[in-house]
Amino acid sequence: MTVTAAHAPPDPAVSGRVPSGHVPPTTKPGGGAVRARRWRRLAPYLQAAPLAVTLVLFLLIPILTILVVSFWDYDSVRVIPDFVLTNYAELLTSPVTWKTYLNTLKFAGLTWAITLVIGFTVAYFLAFHVHSTVWQMVLFLVCTIPFWTSNIIRMISWIPFLGRNGLLNSTLIAAGVIDQPLEFLLFSDFSVVLAYVHLNALFMVVPIFNSMMRIDRALVEAARDAGAKGWQVVWNVILPLSKPGIAIGSIFVVTLVMGDFITVRLMSGGQSASIGLMIANEISLLQYPAAAANAVILLAVVLLMVAAMLRVVDIRKEL
Amino acid sequence: MTTGPGAGTTVELVKLTKAYGATVAVNAIDLRIAAGSYCCLLGPSGCGKTSTLRMIAGHEDVSNGDLLIGDRVVNDEPPAARGTAMMFQSYALFPHLDCVDNVAFSLKMKGVPVEERRRKAREMLDLVDMGKYAARLPAQLSGGQQQRVALARALITRPGVLLLDEPLSALDPFLRDRMREELKRLHRELGITFIHVTHSQTEAMALADLVVVMNQGRIEQAGPPRELFNHPHTAFVARFIGGHNVIRSADGLRAVRADRVQLGGGDLRTDATVRALEYHGTSVHLSLDVAGADEFAVIVDEARFYDAPLAIGAPVQIGWNHADAHPLAS
Repeated sequence: MTVTAAHAPPDPAVSGRVPSGHVPPTTKPGGGAVRARRWRRLAPYLQAAPLAVTLVLFLLIPILTILVVSFWDYDSVRVIPDFVLTNYAELLTSPVTWKTYLNTLKFAGLTWAITLVIGFTVAYFLAFHVHSTVWQMVLFLVCTIPFWTSNIIRMISWIPFLGRNGLLNSTLIAAGVIDQPLEFLLFSDFSVVLAYVHLNALFMVVPIFNSMMRIDRALVEAARDAGAKGWQVVWNVILPLSKPGIAIGSIFVVTLVMGDFITVRLMSGGQSASIGLMIANEISLLQYPAAAANAVILLAVVLLMVAAMLRVVDIRKEL
Repeated sequence: MTTGPGAGTTVELVKLTKAYGATVAVNAIDLRIAAGSYCCLLGPSGCGKTSTLRMIAGHEDVSNGDLLIGDRVVNDEPPAARGTAMMFQSYALFPHLDCVDNVAFSLKMKGVPVEERRRKAREMLDLVDMGKYAARLPAQLSGGQQQRVALARALITRPGVLLLDEPLSALDPFLRDRMREELKRLHRELGITFIHVTHSQTEAMALADLVVVMNQGRIEQAGPPRELFNHPHTAFVARFIGGHNVIRSADGLRAVRADRVQLGGGDLRTDATVRALEYHGTSVHLSLDVAGADEFAVIVDEARFYDAPLAIGAPVQIGWNHADAHPLAS
């Protein structure tokens, strides 16, 4: 009905033709009927309009702006509207870029693997070993408590704990486990990954938990009936059926880590870099076109990673 | 199939009890199910029949008493070590595996190489007539087809006892009758013990060698279907298996089969009024108002009824012979 109406002349009363099959021949459409029909045609567009406007204003236009600016030229004081490929050429031929990408991918990979193990374990415990719904909710809320404080504060609070004279080192020295303070604990890749895991583990727990709660408990019994031991049930039944949740969690964690710059800056003490940090530095030097080119490449890389994950796992049934 | 007749195992319940906190679901029941027999646990919902089945399967802990399969006490054995296999009410097929891998699941758990287990699974699918659907996922099958796959998955473990949890209740009436025949055929061919939970007395009568009527966690009566139907011990059994009238008389409760009540005949007679009547083809079912009984049903041969038809509200004299009135324990 709506499809045919969209192709019909805009106003049948004016054009003198009535679209066949829509109006019984005996009733002549009056002005009111035409207006009502026009409203009915417009209604879906009006309903979609707020979201469409929001997306255009706050997503499409900024991205297009970045894309346009990435082809502009710049010097130390100005940004010059132009169409040059130098930003991309410099970016892609610089060994620093490749090293930084490798470093960012390393962080993303490590964080993904660790949050996956933690997320799966926590979600599995909550979903299959906590039998009362009340306790499930309580423990689930406990998982979210760290999220009641800001990311920055959560990161900074690691510093007095992990520092050279921090809580952990002094405790270990006092206990006689080590003689010298452990240097790798803070301002290192270790502390960066630790902070990433701390910040992002919940994004893995929640979707996996959600997937697991949808698994029919009779399947676990059926597996046990067929002779599956505890880990065989997990590997052959629960893991495959949690895949959509794992995929959603992985998308969260990977995109968050790929785009991050503040964690790397704070936790590595300036000794490590990420693409996000590289972009932030370029912006602080007012090299907007270079930053824009970098952002476009990063966006493309992250989109490719997400596309790859979606190819492996079908997440549609979770949405 | 190498599992020939006689491969079944006996199942014995000794004072078997299941309690959930203060609620007793199964109350110290004793039962012996002979090897290779078809046993139906029959009762209304909440009577403890499913808990009993799940204890036999090992999916529910035994609170008290003993459970013997073969000559071993298996109270604490895991399901797979009991020689039982269960077919779940919702079938519980693994949604991420196709039919072959669903059926081959238990072999995979045992570490059987992939080619061998797939070949055996295909044989098993052929047995339940599902060979041509081998590559389908459960979501691509109808309820009846899923059930056949679930059956194949249970049978591939070569169980001595097959446990069926309301296997026919999710099917439409036509399929239900066909699956019933199919279960009977499989039971005959495999010779293993079947324990089948149902709330349908028709199903139990049609299938079982041993019908166990349960009520409120206890066994009301256990026996072959004919014995149950002709000699119900309690009013509950007489009412639950249907086709009986329970009458209060001077010397206690009596059960009289609805098809043994005569219109205008019999040793013992009483007056009644016709409340409703239904034509069932071969017979006519009358509901009567009778003093001393809440409900009273009479089944009359169709031709006999229409020789002297009765209308609703008509008075009628009914009667039965002494031999047809069975005393009941109250």
